[in-house]
Parts: sequence; C-alpha cells; structure tokens
Amino acid sequence: MAKTVIPFGPQHPVLPEPLQLKLVLEDDVVVEAIPAIGYVHRGLEKLTELKDYEQSVYIVERVCGICSFMHSMAYTRGIESIMNIQIPQRAEYIRTILAEIARVQSHLLWLGLLADSFGFESLFMETWRYREDILDIMEMITGNRVIISANKVGGVTKDFTDEHIKFILDTINRLEEKIKDVENVFLNNYTVKQRLAGIGILTPEDARELGALGPIAKGSGIPLDLRTTGYSAYKYLDFEPIVDNHCDSYGRTVVRIKEIYQSFQLIRQAISKLPSGEIFIPVKGLPNGEVISRLEQPRGEAIYYIKTNGTKTLSRLKIRTPTFANIPTLLKMLPGSRLQDVPVIVLTIDPCISCTER
Amino acid sequence: MAGISKNIMSKSPWVVHVNCNSCNGCDIEFLACLTPIYDAERLGIINVGTPKQADILVVTGSANYKNIDVLKNIYNQMPEPKVVVAVGACACTGGVFHSCYNVIGGIDEILPVDVYVPGCCPKPESIIDGLIEASRILEEKRIKIKNPDKGVAI
Ligand code: SF4
Repeated sequence: MAKTVIPFGPQHPVLPEPLQLKLVLEDDVVVEAIPAIGYVHRGLEKLTELKDYEQSVYIVERVCGICSFMHSMAYTRGIESIMNIQIPQRAEYIRTILAEIARVQSHLLWLGLLADSFGFESLFMETWRYREDILDIMEMITGNRVIISANKVGGVTKDFTDEHIKFILDTINRLEEKIKDVENVFLNNYTVKQRLAGIGILTPEDARELGALGPIAKGSGIPLDLRTTGYSAYKYLDFEPIVDNHCDSYGRTVVRIKEIYQSFQLIRQAISKLPSGEIFIPVKGLPNGEVISRLEQPRGEAIYYIKTNGTKTLSRLKIRTPTFANIPTLLKMLPGSRLQDVPVIVLTIDPCISCTER
Repeated sequence: MAGISKNIMSKSPWVVHVNCNSCNGCDIEFLACLTPIYDAERLGIINVGTPKQADILVVTGSANYKNIDVLKNIYNQMPEPKVVVAVGACACTGGVFHSCYNVIGGIDEILPVDVYVPGCCPKPESIIDGLIEASRILEEKRIKIKNPDKGVAI
C-alpha cells in the first residue's frame, strides 16, 4: 500500500500552538509520526544570563502562560534554597493555594480544548465559562488574569484578605456543583465516550519505559505525583494521587476531572490551616551555588536546574518541562490510530509547546 | 443588494489566529474572547481554521527565524482586503523576549500591522476592542479596493 505523508500543523485549527507532526499514513491509519519542533523557541534560558536574578522571576513566568505561576514557584524555590532562605509559613500556604487554583484553571482549559478537538462546541464553551470564574479569583487577588506575578524571591507579593478567602471559597463551592454537570457529559455521554475510550492506548509498561509524567502516567495506573514529596505546604495537607486504570484517552480525562475536585479539596484544607504572619522576608546578598528544583505542574513534573556564581545574573538555567518528557509517549500512541483520532490523542497529552521549546 | 453587501464584511469579520512565538498567555486570552462572558461572536467575529476564508489575521507572539516563513505563507494565502492585528507586547515589539537571540522583534518587522493591542497579556476587552478597530480598517480597505481612484483617507 502506498504511503502518504500529511503535515499536521504548525498552524492547525485544533492546536492553539505550533506543533508540527508529519504523519505517515497508510489509508487513514497512522504508521508513524515524526515531530518537528522549534517554532516557538525564544532562547529564554539565555535571557536569564543577562537579567538580574530577581527580574528572572518575570521571565520564567513567561515560559508558559497556562502554568506560569508554577514556573515562577519552581524558580523562586530554587533560588531560595541556594540562598538558604526560609520563607514565612503564610507565604508557603499562599503559594500552594495559588498553585492549586492554577491547576484547576489549566485542567478546565484542557477539558474545553478536548471538547473542541472532537467538535463538541457547546461543551467547550460551557467549560470555558467555568474557567472564567477561576480567572476572576486570580484577578481579584493579583490584578491580572493569566500571568499573575505573585511570586518573588523571599515570599509572595500579594496577601489574602478575609474578603479574598470568602470569595475563593464561594467560587469553588459554586463551581464544584457546576463541574458535576460537565463531568457527566465527559464521562457518560455516548458520543464522547466513543471518541475517547480505547483511543490512544498507553500500557503501564510503556508509560514507565517512556518516562510518562503527570496525568498521562496516572491515567495508565502509575501513581506518580511529586506533591506527595511534600514540598511547599503540601506536607501539611493530605491527599492521595489519583490514578485510573483505563490506560487510554478516557482514563486521562477521568484523572484530570478528578484532579479538579482534589484541588478544590486541597484549597479548602490549605485555607482552613492558613497561618497568619508575614508574607515576605527581605532578601540580602547574592545567590552562589547550584540547585535542582522540582515540582508538580498540571502536566507533570517540571525540573529546574539553576546555577549561580555569586553575581547578579545566573550562569545557567535549564528547564525540563513535562511536555518534553511526554512527547515520546505521544509518538508511541499515534501509530495504529485513525487520522480522525489524531487531534484527540495529541490533546490528551495536554501539549504545551511553548514550555517545551522555551 | 448593494445596500446589504455594503457592510457585510465589517459586520462579520472572520478571524484566523496564528501563534508565532508566544508564551500561550495571549493565545488563551484570545480564545477567551470567543467564549461566553466576552463572546466576540455577538459582534460577528468568527474564528476560522483556514487563512483562505479569513479577513483578519490575529498574531500573538514575536517573529523568530523559524516561524517567519509560516507567517508569511499564511498572510499570503489570505484574500484581499486583509488586516493584521498584533496582540500582546510580544507581537508589538518583542516584549520581554526582545533581546533573546532567536527573536527578530515585533510582527511589524515582517508584515504590515494595522492594529496593535498592547499588554502582557492584554485583557479580552482590549483584544475585542482591537478587533472592532480592525473591522473598521477592513471596511476602509474594501472601499479603497472597489474605488481605487477615489481614495479614502484612512
Ligand atoms: S505578550 Fe506576554 S502574555 Fe503575550 S505572548 Fe508575550 S509574554 Fe506571553
């Protein structure tokens, strides 16, 4: 049978980002997928060698607009551990709460895009409407919706007032009810199930071998979640990583939906334990040393390697983002699938290309 | 008939979105414009997947050495008249990434930009504002193409 090569991307209606996959097809079955990346490479790591280490917080926030808060959290935690700074408890809690809010935002965004990828427009709109409520929280606390710049070396820049806390609790209580409706559609609707179940299968062995992270590993039954190591304020909160044994696109959807509820739980727990006190301690001196800082992002584990040499600027910053580690799993899932399922499978790894290419 | 077709384009501009070198912040805010709460569709603005049907090109992110050809290609596929909207600080000037080695600068280094929407990232309100301004320019360009000798002040 003759083979056809179809370019998928870099500009594609399903993906808001320029990922290019060259799909080798036999009939409409994918035999091979060859990725081509580099369309959004900015050279951001090099830029941190020109800027002050405190300014670099704002640069790493712009690695990715979706999980921007967590990038700055990983970076500031790294610099703080080089400088041996113990940030106030309240700041740790505020970081954790904002990180969980960002996770809910990211998962809702992903659910919407997933619905869009199989053409269920009204579900996409519905999910994104709920996401606006989360963005309202961000806007109320920090003044911006997406890139919130709430972190700095030594703590956080924004404090929670009683009014904020009430608003957060009200919103998540309201959202929890509403998300049950969309959850029902995503998990039980016949049509949606047909598009997800049995599509993009990744066995637990493959997931381990290829180094799958985050919801992809969890959707294949591997409880891999860095939050269990108890960084930041997670050590004071209890939770269990969510796993699902479907090992396909459906399983990954289940994991993300359950993680939304789990994040709500974590936010409630953290708010009930929120200590009072300072949110920031002044930082003196310059960082000298190197560190590896890791944390769990909505898409999996991010690794920051930071090297400083006692000057104002960094001497090296290396960011390994979860999508980079998840692309091999995508290349494993695609062969054997039909062309119409490619957008769905690509979306189930929740690709964040601007993270990957920086 | 002439009466109907007169405003047709400026009342329903079709938009194609290209992510050039952006951090996603601007992209998700652009998508948020199309969803409930902001709902740009009530102004007739529809996001289409192909540049061949689009009137307005929305670009987020700056130009780099790899995507420059993609961007030019998409622009050339659009039918005349066409308007380019640069959304976000990156697309306007290069933004925070201005001094990065792989960033050429704003989109206006490559394409003629008609509307600049500043902000990092701009709020959906200002993006919609930019799109409305773009549809006004689109209308002017259309008239200019129809009556080349009359000349309309833009
Ligand atoms: S302007 Fe800001 S939010 Fe928009 S793409 Fe550039 S860095 Fe990201």
